[in-house]
Amino acid sequence: MIENRPALTVLSHAVLILGVLAVAFPLYVTFVASTLRLEEIMSVPMPLIPGDQFLANYSQVLAAGGTTGSKAPVSTMLFNSTVMALAIAIGKITISIIASFAIVYFRFPFRNFFFWMIFVTLMLPVEVRIIPTFKVVSDLGMLNTYAGLTVPLIASATATFLFRQFFMTVPDELAEAARVDGAGPMRFFWDVLLPLSKTSIAALFVIQFIYGWNQYLWPLLITSEESMYTAVIGISRMLVGGDAANEWNLIMATAILAMLPPALVVILMQRWFVKGLVETEK
Amino acid sequence: MAGVSLRDVRKSYTPELQVIHGVSMEIADGEFVVILGPSGCGKSTLLRMVAGLETITAGEISIGGRVVNNLEPKDRDIAMVFQNYALYPHMSVYDNMSYGLRIRGLSKDEISVRVRKAADILELSKFLDRKPRALSGGQRQRVAMGRAIVREPQVFLFDEPLSNLDAKLRVQMRAELQALHRRLGTTSLFVTHDQIEAMTLAQRMIVMNAGRAEQIGAPLEVYARPASTFVAGFIGSPPMNLIPQERQGRKVLFGIRPEHLEPCGEAEAMLVAEVDLIEPLGADTLIYGHVGNEGARIAARMHSSIAARPGRLPLRYLPEHVHYFDPASGKRIDS
Repeated sequence: MIENRPALTVLSHAVLILGVLAVAFPLYVTFVASTLRLEEIMSVPMPLIPGDQFLANYSQVLAAGGTTGSKAPVSTMLFNSTVMALAIAIGKITISIIASFAIVYFRFPFRNFFFWMIFVTLMLPVEVRIIPTFKVVSDLGMLNTYAGLTVPLIASATATFLFRQFFMTVPDELAEAARVDGAGPMRFFWDVLLPLSKTSIAALFVIQFIYGWNQYLWPLLITSEESMYTAVIGISRMLVGGDAANEWNLIMATAILAMLPPALVVILMQRWFVKGLVETEK
Repeated sequence: MAGVSLRDVRKSYTPELQVIHGVSMEIADGEFVVILGPSGCGKSTLLRMVAGLETITAGEISIGGRVVNNLEPKDRDIAMVFQNYALYPHMSVYDNMSYGLRIRGLSKDEISVRVRKAADILELSKFLDRKPRALSGGQRQRVAMGRAIVREPQVFLFDEPLSNLDAKLRVQMRAELQALHRRLGTTSLFVTHDQIEAMTLAQRMIVMNAGRAEQIGAPLEVYARPASTFVAGFIGSPPMNLIPQERQGRKVLFGIRPEHLEPCGEAEAMLVAEVDLIEPLGADTLIYGHVGNEGARIAARMHSSIAARPGRLPLRYLPEHVHYFDPASGKRIDS
């Protein structure tokens, strides 16, 4: 709908600007706080112009971490988060694309039953099965390990479902043409299906990377050593008590650092991401 | 090169649901055979059974004297052109055409020679680097044929390859297919529901109805001596007139093609039509009406110079153009 009514334009822009401010202002305050001394933050009102402690705060958190609460350096946390997010994203995509390939292209007994079994796990998010999962992981001795952080989160009904829907839109003739050409099932998967799915894979990668990065409850439970903290957990561990006891400048710097990687992934993969959600190359 | 032979080939999905009821045919080496029939008659299924994409429930298919019932498509030495072309969308034309050869492990040079030769025949040389989506329908069709040609198979299988093209392109591709077959001389099986494609392309055709081969023969022979009312009604446009009659004390269907009827004076009239619809087509004029007490519909094709009016129209025909069919079985009665 194209309308040319100045009042409406002004109103809609006002709403949009308000919305942007509501989202952007806290981010800006976070950034400003991360460049100030602790005393400056505690003063009322807090200054809204970036201070001169940018380098000092960031180099301290990256190299050494906070002095109260958790003392793990943020660089370690970022590394842990990256490993976790990548392992979850890549693991989810790998397993679910192979699972959907089996479900769509092979006829085996109880095929639909297995699909629905996978689908039903959608109803069981991590939080619901967290106690038994914790028990299993701890009995397997995987507390405070990368495997413990990632493996229980890798199975994904959402991704399996998405790939299944995509594979079902690929014309059957393509599989038949490959068969006539002499390609076996795995060859067809590598040469035809995988290249066709690359935009879906990219979109899923972005979603799952952020999902993995933002995990809170699970890493909170199974990491007790500072060397295994992820960035999200690190922030919460830095909050030790009352308002005055926290090093807000360092916490804010950590928060900014923790926000950067997912933002970068989104920005860098935006084109692919949108393509994967809206179009399928067939 | 090789011939194909079908021996009482049957297909059923469940014991109750049989879709091919025993088709037998010998296709000679280098022959161009068209499988013609309405949709749902099993013609594509039959072709896919030859290709190896559908299992054979009973009977035997052999290619070049070798029974292929249990062979994978790739081991049957066939190439197939699909109705929607089934080109790999992410591969260039060159890669599409060479994919099968790469899988078979041919050398790069050999692949390049074969692809370029095929591209030359099909006038695709300029497009080898393009992706299928950057091609027109006709060009995609040619790539699909190129993919079949480069494999130098014993048999080409075509599954309604022209049905996605517009009318003009279809005529052009039909001519190209004919030229291609003359040039390569490869045994070809071509499935279509279009009788004009069948009449123009086929050396022999097999007319299918509900999973059975109604008639197998050269196109003009099938046209001139349809084996059943189904064939008579399916081939020819408008189809053959079928009028119930009494002949030598038994009920028959009297068949005459519209173009074999001509107007005449009342005295010579062999049939009298009550005309109710006239369609002038330019070169000729189609006249529709009904005859007799039972009001059987009749169509006649007249030269356009004959002025036709609705109402009574006496018609005559030559006795050699008359066909008789059994009304119960629909089979031809040869007298």
